[in-house]
Amino acid sequence: MSEKDDILKNIGSAEYKHGFETQVEQEFIPKGLNEDIIRLISEKKGEPQWLLDFRLKAYRKWLTMKMPTWAHLDIPEIDFQDIIYFAAPKKATEKKEIDPELMATFDKLGIPLHERSVLAGTAVDAVFDSVSVKTTFRESLAEKGIIFCSFSEAVRDYPDLVRKYLASVVPIGDNYYAALNSAVFSDGSFCYIPKGVHCPMELSSYFRINARGTGQFERTLIVADEGSYVSYLEGCTAPMRDENQLHAAVVEIVVLDNAEVKYSTVQNWYPGDAQGRGGIFNFVTKRGICKGVNSKLFWTQVETGSAITWKYPSTILKGDNSVSEFYSVAVTNNYQQADTGTKMIHIGRNTHSRIISKGISAGHSQNSYRGLVKILPGAENARNYSQCDSLLLGDKCGAHTFPVVENQNPTAITEHEATTSKISEDQLFYCRQRGIPEESAVGLIIGGYTKEVINKLPMEFAVEAQKLLEVSLEGSVG
Amino acid sequence: MTENKILLEIKGLHASVGDKEILRGIDLTVREGETHAIMGPNGSGKSTLSAVLAGRDSYTVTAGEVTFNGRDILGLTPEERSFEGLFLSFQYPIEIPGVTNVNFMRTAVNEHRRHKGLEPLNAADFLKLMRSRMEIVEMNPSFSSRGVNVGFSGGEKKRNEIFQMAMLEPRLAILDETDSGLDVDALRIVATGVNKLKRPDNAAIVITHYQRLLDYIVPDVVHVLYKGRIIKTAGKELAREIEERGYDWIING
Repeated sequence: MSEKDDILKNIGSAEYKHGFETQVEQEFIPKGLNEDIIRLISEKKGEPQWLLDFRLKAYRKWLTMKMPTWAHLDIPEIDFQDIIYFAAPKKATEKKEIDPELMATFDKLGIPLHERSVLAGTAVDAVFDSVSVKTTFRESLAEKGIIFCSFSEAVRDYPDLVRKYLASVVPIGDNYYAALNSAVFSDGSFCYIPKGVHCPMELSSYFRINARGTGQFERTLIVADEGSYVSYLEGCTAPMRDENQLHAAVVEIVVLDNAEVKYSTVQNWYPGDAQGRGGIFNFVTKRGICKGVNSKLFWTQVETGSAITWKYPSTILKGDNSVSEFYSVAVTNNYQQADTGTKMIHIGRNTHSRIISKGISAGHSQNSYRGLVKILPGAENARNYSQCDSLLLGDKCGAHTFPVVENQNPTAITEHEATTSKISEDQLFYCRQRGIPEESAVGLIIGGYTKEVINKLPMEFAVEAQKLLEVSLEGSVG
Repeated sequence: MTENKILLEIKGLHASVGDKEILRGIDLTVREGETHAIMGPNGSGKSTLSAVLAGRDSYTVTAGEVTFNGRDILGLTPEERSFEGLFLSFQYPIEIPGVTNVNFMRTAVNEHRRHKGLEPLNAADFLKLMRSRMEIVEMNPSFSSRGVNVGFSGGEKKRNEIFQMAMLEPRLAILDETDSGLDVDALRIVATGVNKLKRPDNAAIVITHYQRLLDYIVPDVVHVLYKGRIIKTAGKELAREIEERGYDWIING
């Protein structure tokens, strides 16, 4: 490799701060996917028969399905037999004490697992490859009746709750990747907020891919019982590698009468290098149901990572007067591709939804917003407002919007606004005349453009997300 | 009386946009403590001169030199010229949606401080400074939290420019048609603000079409720019003469 290529490579990837690999002894199962592998995963986790049956049913369904091709994405062929579906740090599975090496890893990622840390107001479930290594504040939350634990523990300790809600929002055959996840999912987070309880701290899950050649298939289930409230946040990172790694998660959220859930994501999977080598394929199904009357579900996502993102956090507004919002910033740089957006399915009366999507494309990237607003015949007086803005940096990238509105109720009102813009020379010159160098000026202008979304994040993470946006776009102008 | 130190010296400056030459040999010397007015018909190159001095890259300098504070600035970026103490009040101030005035100015002031090797100002000190400087142009404190120039009236935008100038304390302020689009009250407020910022060691270049601004900001020298050259330089009485007689007698004279 010539010196120049080296420099280019550094520019493209030097700023991905979470690209290190942790050296711990890990246990792997053989690579490949078949019923024996699924049985092995289930056995490793000591699962009951019903869950094994669930997995096998999903696997058989998956075998009949095809990879979706409708997205505006160029996805290289994925060899599902070349993936390791379960990898766990050995010490984590053997002992109750958390391995200091893993403790140090999460510290380095800014997610300290000591309860007396900077993030004292946040409970964390930390997932490392296929297992949850630690869930903080479990005991103090339990005093209020809140269940916050790894998915595996939930299966063991609260099987009735899990059985009642698992796949109730995302059925096993919902789509290709959801079926795959249902067959092979390893760990993830489970959260139940009992009736009338206002969760006193932020709950969060942090997903870390570490092992080479593996995929991560986590499963998250959140149930907010009547009149409860919870704010939930997930973050994720992975080492820098030339190989692509698959992340296919399923998140299900159930919101009952008068309950409210805020779900925020800061997605920072390794995006690949400046030439488009490596990076995570992030193919994720996230869906919530506002099942009860007056229930509320708010999605906020800041998507800066992943080589390819395929993700549409969606809400089924079933309860009368239920409300859902989707606030999104999706950034693509270099050769990243993103096809992301939301679905708002209005079933109940007086249901309201709001979609604010801000796309930013730079480099040679492709960034698409895809949205569906569907208003069923019974959704009297439903309302939707959608706004999709795209910002282009440079002239080699693409921004696309695919908004679809299906309104089957004459009393419903939907509004849609869309803009596409570039950072103007005038704005840059104005900033620079005041002494703000070009890179900072771009950061400032992007910050202004995305503020409406970033402000929806919990405070500590808003600052982090802001920095992440600036880092993701470094070197993309000029 | 000994002459003050030279702050800006322009010699034989030529500049073009594409194939079109707009500045065709400008010579101008501005000393500390001086206020210069530049007048001239539309299209004579006044705004081009201010943009070239501030380092806008859509113009190409084809000949000549510009020294500021004894330093050749033609090779400097716009932000470096800002750090040197050059300020341009824009004829049409730019809107930056979502970026508050506080955030914008705090970024700018701290970049200037960093350039000088100073620590960034803490939030409390910064807000105090900002409030006192907003008073200079009688700006309502509520403007601090509004997006830069977004939804501002013409007068508010120009006041915001002079407020920014007060924050950055430049050695040389170039006011590009600061009076355009202002009613009498706003004009008085803006001009008074500029006068309050005058010091023995700084200077201003006031670009205008009208005498009325110069009633408030009294120039030491008045230049007439025409077709990219300064064709006449005289004392402040020249502005009044132009107001009465127009430019034809100078152009044809």
